[in-house]
Amino acid sequence: MKKTVAYTGNEAVAFGMKQINPDVVAAYPITPQTEIVQIFSNFVADGLVDTEFVTVESEHSAMSAVIGAAAAGARSMTATSSAGLAYMHEVVYIAASMRLPIVMQVVNRALSGPINIHCDHSDAMGERDSGWIQIYAENAQEAYDNLLQAHRIAEHPDVMLPVMVCMDGFIISHALENIELNDDAFVQDFVGSYQPDHYLLDVENPLTVGPLDMFDYYFEHKRHQAEAMRKAKQVIIDVGKAYGEKTNRSYGLYETYQLADAETAIVVMGSTAGTAKAVVNELRKQGQKVGLLKLRSFRPFPHQELAQELQHLKAIAVLDRADSFNAFGAPLFTQTRAALYDLPDRPQMINYIYGLGGRDCDLSQIGQVYQDLQQVVAQGHGGEIVRYLGVRE
Amino acid sequence: MAEYLEIRWHGRGGQGAKTAALLLGESAAAAGKYIQAFPEYGPERMGAPVVAYNRISDEPITVHCNVQEPKYVAVLDSTFVGSVNFTDGMPDDGVLIINTEVSPAEMRETLGLGDSAIQVFTVDANKISLECIGRAIPNTPMMGALIKATGLLKLEDLLEDTERKLAKKFRNRPEVIQGNLKAIRRAYEEVRG
Repeated sequence: MKKTVAYTGNEAVAFGMKQINPDVVAAYPITPQTEIVQIFSNFVADGLVDTEFVTVESEHSAMSAVIGAAAAGARSMTATSSAGLAYMHEVVYIAASMRLPIVMQVVNRALSGPINIHCDHSDAMGERDSGWIQIYAENAQEAYDNLLQAHRIAEHPDVMLPVMVCMDGFIISHALENIELNDDAFVQDFVGSYQPDHYLLDVENPLTVGPLDMFDYYFEHKRHQAEAMRKAKQVIIDVGKAYGEKTNRSYGLYETYQLADAETAIVVMGSTAGTAKAVVNELRKQGQKVGLLKLRSFRPFPHQELAQELQHLKAIAVLDRADSFNAFGAPLFTQTRAALYDLPDRPQMINYIYGLGGRDCDLSQIGQVYQDLQQVVAQGHGGEIVRYLGVRE
Repeated sequence: MAEYLEIRWHGRGGQGAKTAALLLGESAAAAGKYIQAFPEYGPERMGAPVVAYNRISDEPITVHCNVQEPKYVAVLDSTFVGSVNFTDGMPDDGVLIINTEVSPAEMRETLGLGDSAIQVFTVDANKISLECIGRAIPNTPMMGALIKATGLLKLEDLLEDTERKLAKKFRNRPEVIQGNLKAIRRAYEEVRG
């Protein structure tokens, strides 16, 4: 039975965690934490889950605790945001290199300073090379759906990597929207039980985890991580398709919107994709051939697929909700541009840094981007390649 | 642009503007609508200006930006008069509902809306909430006034859904639930246009 409710993103994700019923959750209420673990702790207190809820003294310890639990063989989760994720940074890498299939909900928010706890993607971008899979959501429904798929991706034998499930702070996390919930039985069946091959509490087969790994093997282990991330791509596709068969909500590495016959397009992640869809609809009514590609899987980055999907365009604007100061483009742009470099007839590409610290990205800003793209097409060159959207200059 | 109705709530921290937006959104969702409800988070302290929004539609809503053209605006605190432009972005057929003891005609004059087609409604939600709930928390009566002025939802649907929502929060304080329901009903009856 499907059930439609009005939930905030935080409520949707906490409810998803309840349905997953993980073995261990560890969290710390740093500012800014999210309501997710607070709501989840109510489920624990009410006896609605079997989870061992570990209250720790910092975000660094929260990640360390879920690493310990995952190494012991437990299905482990946590949630964090902004400075909390930054504080975890050291151990975030350890989770990935120990190949522990931890799932972490990240509510994307700015990093200080100046002090700001509103939406941007700077926090997750700081972990983009940590070896975690990163999946982004457009709305509360996708945040919930992505969370329910995360364990199957993380725990797949070809992958065995931790997953960050990302949603936009406040814009999605604190906003109420309609969402369709799955029933508990479906979730439990879809997520399945977790049977690790190797784990610390398997006393019949003792093993060492996290040992010293010098120049003789460290590099090979890094190479294995890269290979696991490459293989994760197919697993994300397969899991998203299997999820869709049961829920009618299928997922892939990205979503295209009015892209097939488009001449110009925006590439973007997160909630702004929804705003851009409304602008695409309006411009299409006026006869403009505009489209959109919303990236869901930032890590692994589907570079061949993006080159295929975007090759026919005349000009592309990539929107980044984070900056990489003076790196000639922010992360999503530089990667997308690199992915298209080998095309024989590659589109013009420009980058917009937008929405930092929760700056509203409205319909007129997106409209401006499509208008700028027309100008790029007319001129035959990108002009100023890296631009800022909605900022006072 | 897209086919959705936008509502803006003006209040001060502690008056429940955000809660009103959430409760109204939940009631509209329960009535089968697609909805959004979200506050504009600023410095969170008692008395500071707070803005919250709703979008309501028969179609799925994809936009995720602030509300810019609200057809309905609800003002929970009349001390904003003169410092906040409530009608900012409102269309000509907009409806403005203000928590104040003065008449709609008087408020219309104070706001300089003489020739405007915007309809102005007033309700003394402070008095109603003081008498019904025991505290000046004008958010729930303002929901009653808003649905009367706009015909957005049926009173019985709003009462039923609000009761269900408040029952979770005030499990052990049934008088708070009943007080809020009474306040919604009174504001629905007493709002002037």
